[in-house]
Amino acid sequence: MHQEYTVVEGDFVNAGTASSSVKKTLKQLGVNPQVIKRVVVALYEAEVNAIAHAYGGKVLVDIEADRIQMVVADKGPGIPDIAQAMQEGYSTARPEVRDMGFGAGMGLPNMQKNVDRLNVTSEVGVGTTVEMEVMFN
Amino acid sequence: MFYHALEIDEGSCIGCSRCMKICPTEAIRIGNGKASIMEDRCIDCGKCHAACPVGAIYIKQDDFKQVHEFPHSVALLPAVFLGQFPDDIRVSRIYAALKDLGFKHVFEVESAADIYKDVKHKYAREHVDDEPLISSFCPAIVRLIQIKYPSLVGNIIPAKAPLDISAMYVIKLLTEQRQVPREEIGVFYVTPCAAKIAAVKAPVGEKRSLIDGVINMDALFNKVYRKIKEQGKGYEYKALQTPQLSADAILSTLTNGERRICLAKRSYAIDGIENVMDFLDKLENDEVEGVEFLELRACDQSCAGALLSSENRFLCGERMYARARKAAERERNGEVARAREMEVYKDYLEENAYVEPVQARSMLTLDKDLSKAYKKLEKINKLKQYLPRVDCGMCGAPTCEAFASDVVCKQIGMTRCVFYQRHLERLNDITRQECIAAMNSVWGSDPIGDEEPPQVK
Repeated sequence: MHQEYTVVEGDFVNAGTASSSVKKTLKQLGVNPQVIKRVVVALYEAEVNAIAHAYGGKVLVDIEADRIQMVVADKGPGIPDIAQAMQEGYSTARPEVRDMGFGAGMGLPNMQKNVDRLNVTSEVGVGTTVEMEVMFN
Repeated sequence: MFYHALEIDEGSCIGCSRCMKICPTEAIRIGNGKASIMEDRCIDCGKCHAACPVGAIYIKQDDFKQVHEFPHSVALLPAVFLGQFPDDIRVSRIYAALKDLGFKHVFEVESAADIYKDVKHKYAREHVDDEPLISSFCPAIVRLIQIKYPSLVGNIIPAKAPLDISAMYVIKLLTEQRQVPREEIGVFYVTPCAAKIAAVKAPVGEKRSLIDGVINMDALFNKVYRKIKEQGKGYEYKALQTPQLSADAILSTLTNGERRICLAKRSYAIDGIENVMDFLDKLENDEVEGVEFLELRACDQSCAGALLSSENRFLCGERMYARARKAAERERNGEVARAREMEVYKDYLEENAYVEPVQARSMLTLDKDLSKAYKKLEKINKLKQYLPRVDCGMCGAPTCEAFASDVVCKQIGMTRCVFYQRHLERLNDITRQECIAAMNSVWGSDPIGDEEPPQVK
């Protein structure tokens, strides 16, 4: 099952559209609630990242009978040092983003914690792609 | 399989579908011109009851005559009951009427509010990891979380509601202090809503309730009010000890009643089922952080706005506030010790105030087998492409999405969709007769009848 969503730069109002819709699908499938929670938290973080740091992007979701794969690909400044960005508390968010309660430097670490496989690729000045996979069992 | 207090009287149902459109859990369908409730989805919130224009949705209650079958009949009154009466009717007259109606004892459920609070606080101290903790007070909310927010069932405090604690107290008091045999005691709960009936008849997290019968608050209000009007002035009952509720206890059933005395640093009190669902959607996504306690109530203005309240919710609420202000003043003056009549049995009540953890029973899951559910969902998604997404309800389901799911899971014909019918007509794939038959299967035989259409210019 394939789902696609568009993320618009600075559109915090609609942050969570993709994760809410995915949540509903997984509930229909009867996936364990704790697993659903992990998926939703990780995808929500990725959505917010694309909204806060990039110039928008796409969320591609593929759901199989035993797993979910999510790709959040943004056009944006990219991440020069991914290892550094993976550290808790490290943030490059602008002050106005922080004022809205985002940008605490927990995004990538939170994704890492909640998914079974995380792959971040980035090119400075072009954009970042976050690939995540969660197994249902 | 699940007990529900709400039932539809087929004889009076006109199949208008108002209930179907308002139901927050999409639990109602129309078929053969009548509404029906899907048992596994209904949470007994009573929205349908309020929306029905012909009173076809009724709330089951026990026969009032049962009250006379017990030498020691006990009325367990919710605090909102006294809030139903106009200001010029004194509490002693209401009590007198209740005695005359056959109740030997009258207790207010909220006498247990202070114990309930202590039980919740104790649980909260020991379960910081399960925050945000959700109050078990409103049974419609507990059921909502069970079927729609399964990941949050572990957040519900598994404590008996004040009504169960007060029932335990009454039975303990009468059997131990007054040596009344248990079989002579009939505990009757006067309920302000349908959800509490379901909670008594089919409690979550325990085998059976201590309550012997349920009486609907609107019905009892009528009986009491008529008695008072018949008897005129001077009709009073001077109870030896009128239980004085604390101000906190009086306010506990209103919105903010639990939150204002909880110990949480951050907490929210949310009333109205739509508001609650909005919030739980966010909470489930971890979008709300640092919340320690949630007071969630299905009815707008909580129990003052309950289904069986015959008084306006704001008038009832203000009367309760007025009563609480008086109680608070008494407490300040030290005139009456804070109502702690249950103190004697505090340890016993607190020990027995817990129930088993609440279990999820998701209504959204299409099949127990994940791979089967997957196949069903694929079919549903495919069918949705042929549906107009206008949610007109002509198919007898509340939304196109719900209809697609019904087609796949209940093998209902796609031809019930009027838009899909037109689509088939264009393909010459359906006859006029088949279209009519499909519509009749939802709305019954032609509701307009055989008359000639009027001439309209």
